[in-house]
Amino acid sequence: MGQRTIIPFGPQHPVLPEPIHLDLVMEDEKVVEAIPSIGFIHRGLEKMAEKKDFQEMAYIAERICGICSFIHSMGYCQAIEALLKLEIPKRAEYLRVIWSEMSRIHSHLLWLGLTADAFGFESLFMHSWRVREKLLDLIEETSGGRVIFGVCKVGGVRRDVDAETLRRALEALAALEAEYREIAGVFSRDASVKRRMTGIGVLPKEDARALGAVGPTLRGSGVAWDARRLQYAVYGELDWAPITEEAGDCQARCLVRIREIFQSFDLIRQAAGKISDGPVAVKVPGNPRGEYFARLEQPRGEVVYYVKGNGTKNLQRFRVRTPTFANLPPLLKILQGCELSDVPVIVLTIDPCISCAER
Amino acid sequence: MMIEEQFWETLDRAALPARVGTLAKEGWRLVQICGSCHEAFEILYSFDKDDRFLSLRVAFSKDDPVLPSITESYFGAFSYENEMQDLFGLKLTGLKLNFNGNFYRLAKKNPFLDTPPAVAPAPGGVSS
Repeated sequence: MGQRTIIPFGPQHPVLPEPIHLDLVMEDEKVVEAIPSIGFIHRGLEKMAEKKDFQEMAYIAERICGICSFIHSMGYCQAIEALLKLEIPKRAEYLRVIWSEMSRIHSHLLWLGLTADAFGFESLFMHSWRVREKLLDLIEETSGGRVIFGVCKVGGVRRDVDAETLRRALEALAALEAEYREIAGVFSRDASVKRRMTGIGVLPKEDARALGAVGPTLRGSGVAWDARRLQYAVYGELDWAPITEEAGDCQARCLVRIREIFQSFDLIRQAAGKISDGPVAVKVPGNPRGEYFARLEQPRGEVVYYVKGNGTKNLQRFRVRTPTFANLPPLLKILQGCELSDVPVIVLTIDPCISCAER
Repeated sequence: MMIEEQFWETLDRAALPARVGTLAKEGWRLVQICGSCHEAFEILYSFDKDDRFLSLRVAFSKDDPVLPSITESYFGAFSYENEMQDLFGLKLTGLKLNFNGNFYRLAKKNPFLDTPPAVAPAPGGVSS
């Protein structure tokens, strides 16, 4: 056994723009164990639900994270709407799906750029973010916001998208998809990308299940679980299936995200083709009473919102179990035995979002 | 709108490890653990299997903040259980990976443990 040393990794690190700290217990260049600590940006947002009006909380929920923003507000609203047994207009459901899938594309493109940056492929990083920037323009055109959309509210959505704007958005998305296809090809086939990701950070299917992995981290290990299968919003009316890869390594998790971007383009097209005219919101009747768990698929995986109301305007408890939190145990597992130089790439392949995890 | 049917069970904390062990053997997936602390502690353990969503509710007094760990059956629960230790001041017995209060680095110890204000504000406000 070689001499053991401990290398601190994060919370500020050139290749990891997320404030997580890992104590890496090393034997020579190999990681024996990774000991995590978080809490550097814990904001106690869950506790705010006990002081804020439940309708205002939709906007606070959206601010849990700047990348998964829209789906956070959508999940919160779905949980409250379930407590109120509130049927929201079909058009609002379709618009929520369109914005959710736009969120997924921009989150995955952000991840692709960061990953390229982590292994030093700067031009690929620039290309990924260049395409993402155009998508953010489309999000702004349809919702009015680029990072915080601010369109989801309890009872529907705050803003409609007219037919002409939707047509222009679909045209722009088709052009974007063509540009993205080139980037996807580099991530899938380039030898230098493969060298940094193939066979690295392998998470076997059994471990992924047992340790509670979610999202592309789980599907990259061959498990076809995607919370959209619960058919919330209008996902039950669209033609799609969870995307999986079998290898369980960094490349597999990357390929899942690459294919999911194409799937999101398709889901937006399907939703835009099926959306019908009508109102986009209904009046909210009274205050929530009871408890409910809403589950949705964030770009990073399944997210769970627990809400408990007692018939007043303040919730008794609001809890968010984010995908990054669920993916921490699998991350610690796949770091064991890896080379120090692979740590940044492995950490990035679970797509960690510590803002989400700490709420 | 789809509202998922959800099932609930209430049980004593002493019965928790055995019940969770049965669920693990039956192939249920641990979805989340949620702690709450108001008049008493209330911990919710959620599982799913074949489109069924089940939550176990365990409640106990704030005077006795001790809870058995479920990491024997679901090792991945260590992150939730360490979180509960740090945010609520709970003591988990049998926790297989225990960071002993160092998982969350927080400015305030046990911030989610509800405690009454130490000093009630004086009537009429503060005078110097």
